[in-house]
Amino acid sequence: MEDAARESIVSIQVDHVTKRFGTFTVLDDVTLHVQTGELIALLGPSGCGKTTLLRILAGLERPDHGRILLHGDEVTERRITDRRVGFVFQHYALFRHMTVTENVAFGLSVLPHAQRPSPGQIRKKVHDLLSLVQLQAMADRYPNQLSGGQRQRVALARALAVEPKMLLLDEPFGALDTKVRKELRRWLRRLHDELHITSILVTHDQEEALEAADRIVVLNQGHVEQIGTPDEVYENAATPFVYQFLGDVNVFHGRIAQNETVPKETHRQPPAERDSSDEHEVTFVRPHDLELSRSRTTTTQLEATVRLIIIAGSRVRLELMSKDSSQIISVELTKERYRELRLQQGDIVFVHPKQLHVFKMPGPSSM
Amino acid sequence: MALVLKQPSVLPGFGLTLGFALFYFSLIVLIPLSGLIVKTTTLTWQQFWHTVTEPRAMASYQLTFGASFLGALINGFFGSVVAWVLVRYHFPGRSIVDALVDLPFALPTAVAGIALTAIYSSNGWIGSYLEPLGLKVAFTPLGVLVALTFIGLPFVVRTVQPVLQDLDKEVEEAATTLGANRWQTFRAVIVPELWPALLTGMAMAFARSVGEYGSVIFIAGNMPLKSEITPLLIMTKLEQYDYAGATALGVVMLVVSFVLALMINLIQWWSGRRHTAS
Repeated sequence: MEDAARESIVSIQVDHVTKRFGTFTVLDDVTLHVQTGELIALLGPSGCGKTTLLRILAGLERPDHGRILLHGDEVTERRITDRRVGFVFQHYALFRHMTVTENVAFGLSVLPHAQRPSPGQIRKKVHDLLSLVQLQAMADRYPNQLSGGQRQRVALARALAVEPKMLLLDEPFGALDTKVRKELRRWLRRLHDELHITSILVTHDQEEALEAADRIVVLNQGHVEQIGTPDEVYENAATPFVYQFLGDVNVFHGRIAQNETVPKETHRQPPAERDSSDEHEVTFVRPHDLELSRSRTTTTQLEATVRLIIIAGSRVRLELMSKDSSQIISVELTKERYRELRLQQGDIVFVHPKQLHVFKMPGPSSM
Repeated sequence: MALVLKQPSVLPGFGLTLGFALFYFSLIVLIPLSGLIVKTTTLTWQQFWHTVTEPRAMASYQLTFGASFLGALINGFFGSVVAWVLVRYHFPGRSIVDALVDLPFALPTAVAGIALTAIYSSNGWIGSYLEPLGLKVAFTPLGVLVALTFIGLPFVVRTVQPVLQDLDKEVEEAATTLGANRWQTFRAVIVPELWPALLTGMAMAFARSVGEYGSVIFIAGNMPLKSEITPLLIMTKLEQYDYAGATALGVVMLVVSFVLALMINLIQWWSGRRHTAS
């Protein structure tokens, strides 16, 4: 019950925010509400405006139009220092002439005299934060004596030291290698579950967003494409862009027939009143939503030839070529299914989708 | 030490370039300087000591090193301001100002001296306004300071400017999001980054000022014990065919300059070690 009450408190409100750099519109009328204690991922390709939105929230940029409200107070014109946000930069932005301890203590040591904790209190706080990010042993090192992952943890501890009301992370793991990135992503998620600090994570890595966030905001060319839980945006993409951005997808121009037994296809966009020539239908199917069989069971199945088999860990990826349109179709199978089918290169298989989405696209069909 | 530094490299010729570098350095720097010292040894110890400690020499050291040091300090502050403005602000004519900074480098020093004298003399553009205030610049030690500040400026600007340009803007933003005000950000984040470059620039401005001759002699008035710089004293001795006496003063300048340069290098090494150690 209490959780539900807390969840309903909106802590960050982005209200019709527009930002232009010269003639280029970076953010186009973006509206977004973030609940207290939530971890939101801003996901999108580079240049979609996600970092700009984050910087506007922090007060590092000013919107041309629109308002920012933090806990109900308008802060659009307020100074950065008064907003109480923690910001974590992609390239750490640590003070390289200060030790780890001095870096973490920075936010406390610049407080006005009256609010500044005593040196003893600062020392204790820094120690606590360093144990939170598991870096007690590195307290006296300088940033360039640390690995990338360690540096980013120092940056996080430094941001948390001032007890921010929200934490903004700008591609925090973007400069790290895959393994460290995955570890830190999970660690961040656990940390968030512990601290419940309202957080916004900017990323272009869909896997990172799907794994770490409570909700995902997909941005494209300055506008919000979709907001939803990771499962929602992945399974029920609102637009073709979201579909393509979140994971691999097969695109079929025109409508492909669907097996009777599978769930009803979902129209996300309003169905056209009549078939006009400046619209065409495009079908999206994820590789793991395609089912293969050795023999034709219904007339609607696509006939295709196996061109390539890639066994990657527990999954098997196949590249098929459809017989009618010579289109390349990628399929993902579990290893068991692959063994059952006993597929070889050059085999003829029959494909049918278990789940698909049809979108109406402007412009005549290109195929 | 050289052997320790020799690491396998894709570029050949380490031995060759090392040999050449040492030869070249000897030819250009070491041999002339040893000539200076050898010439000085024609004096006896008493003669040497007498020459380098006579009141006129002592006064000239004080003026030369004192004015150079002050000039370097002034340039350290205002040069940084100029570099800051050139890097951080875009204003009409910025590239012209940027080019003008190099002028004290390029201008023949005598021209600079004459120009400064004309402006600061009692009937000059600036001098005529300073005179009623009781400030005499031309033909006083203050004039020496003005000339040395003039020629030292580009050293500070040109060493600080690139560092300021490369300064990671995110570090400043990080400080701001952590609650630091502008002054705190400047003092705790920007100054430590600039410090090594600033020190180098000031050291170079200082070194240049110590050896400056052309621009100073016009504005200084060259009154013995008052506004006479050591290089001029050396020239005076040369004109009197007192070659050994001139080299004796030269050796003093050499030793003092070397010791100061060494100290500055040590300070730089010490401040640089902290964030380049790994």
